[in-house]
Amino acid sequence: MSTQVIAIENAKTGEVSGAVYEHPFIVRLCHWVNAVALFVMVGSGLQIFRAFPSFGAKIPQRDLINWPESFAIGGWLGGALQWHLTFMWIYIATGLVYIGYQIFSGNYKQVLFVRRDLPGVWPMVRYYFFFGPKPSVREAYNPLQKHAYTSAIGLGVLSVLTGFAVWKPVQFSWLAWMMGGFHWARLWHFLVMWAILAFVVGHLVMVVLHGWSNFVSMLAGWKKDPECSSK
Amino acid sequence: MKSQIQDKQFKRMSRRELLKLTPVLALGAFAIPALQKPLLKAGLGFSDWASAKMFRTGHLAPTFADSELTPFTKFPINGYDVADPGVDFDKWNLTVAGAAQKPGDYILAQIQTLPKFTQNTRHVCVEGWDVIGNFGGVHLSDFLKMIGADTTARFVYVECADDYYETLDMETALHPQTMLCYEMYGRPLTREHGAPLRLTIPTKVGYKQAKYLTDLKVTNVLQKVGYWEDQGYSYFYGL
Repeated sequence: MSTQVIAIENAKTGEVSGAVYEHPFIVRLCHWVNAVALFVMVGSGLQIFRAFPSFGAKIPQRDLINWPESFAIGGWLGGALQWHLTFMWIYIATGLVYIGYQIFSGNYKQVLFVRRDLPGVWPMVRYYFFFGPKPSVREAYNPLQKHAYTSAIGLGVLSVLTGFAVWKPVQFSWLAWMMGGFHWARLWHFLVMWAILAFVVGHLVMVVLHGWSNFVSMLAGWKKDPECSSK
Repeated sequence: MKSQIQDKQFKRMSRRELLKLTPVLALGAFAIPALQKPLLKAGLGFSDWASAKMFRTGHLAPTFADSELTPFTKFPINGYDVADPGVDFDKWNLTVAGAAQKPGDYILAQIQTLPKFTQNTRHVCVEGWDVIGNFGGVHLSDFLKMIGADTTARFVYVECADDYYETLDMETALHPQTMLCYEMYGRPLTREHGAPLRLTIPTKVGYKQAKYLTDLKVTNVLQKVGYWEDQGYSYFYGL
């Protein structure tokens, strides 16, 4: 798929700069709705966890962590479940629409990490973390970015699957079984959440590092002065 | 291919793209106090509707070997069951009402004439913990047959000695693992576990499995749903 590229002429100075249409509308819509849904899912999930903050036996109960109520959503277990069981549908819907759009539009090629991206991962890690030389970027996303985004989508799918195993361990007993049973599914669901949060932290750091026009592109679709503009 | 436009045009174009995202703001409705409650109620209602659709009448909950049982002493008792509801076992009976051909009072011995079965099933609490227990009793579906219940009715509503009350959908009430339970681990139910008669339903979360049963009604109309449901918990909560 060809990315839309335009040149913009400054009316006063006559200077010409480039812009690229990086994020299609559906992707931006799903991104922001999903961001809100994820926020609610994590907040309410932590309130639900407060009801039994353990992964061991109920008797004797050894609490893992006393999660502060101010960092949770719902006020009590019943309230948190209402939030969780409402926003999970929004969370799932944005995921399905996003994945469906990516597949049918062919846009997934921009994001999906494939085998030929593998050799490019290490040079990017060296560039980001060890002051290595900047690898030349020929695509919208570098191999490390592709890896991060593909992993995030995978984690999103896992969060839904582990969630269903916890919510419906009888109707989806095969799912719970694959995760080692209900008891383990609950732990996986919890760990997947932390993995997603780790992605979010890394993602936000990168957003800050890449500057304003990159951030704006997730709102307006267009990114000014893109690193990779066509010649 | 590269087209050239003026920066004013570009700004207009970007703004138009930005405005397309305004539907996202609709989520802000959840932050408005007057709308929050009905929205969450609708969301929970949708989840219950989807749960009922996912429920398969013939699908059995996993059962377990005796070696996997949680020891009886480690089978949790809810904080509410510490207080004795004061059931007089000599005078106890289950009062049947509603859409049943044979309403009236049923003593435990009558219920125990029905075929007994035992099962090792997982008990999942809404809080998140789970235990595997051994339960003995009769199929609720057999009892519904005994009382001549109209099984086309929508609900089986129960009341308990401790002011607890619950509602089951008829599909779950007729499920082969849904039990009128009078034994745990081969012994008559103890007071804490709901003596003399309770529900155990491996396809439902813990709070649906009412203890200290005193009344059972087959009905299409509900005045109230359940002790926890009426405070905001899910009505269906099928596992």
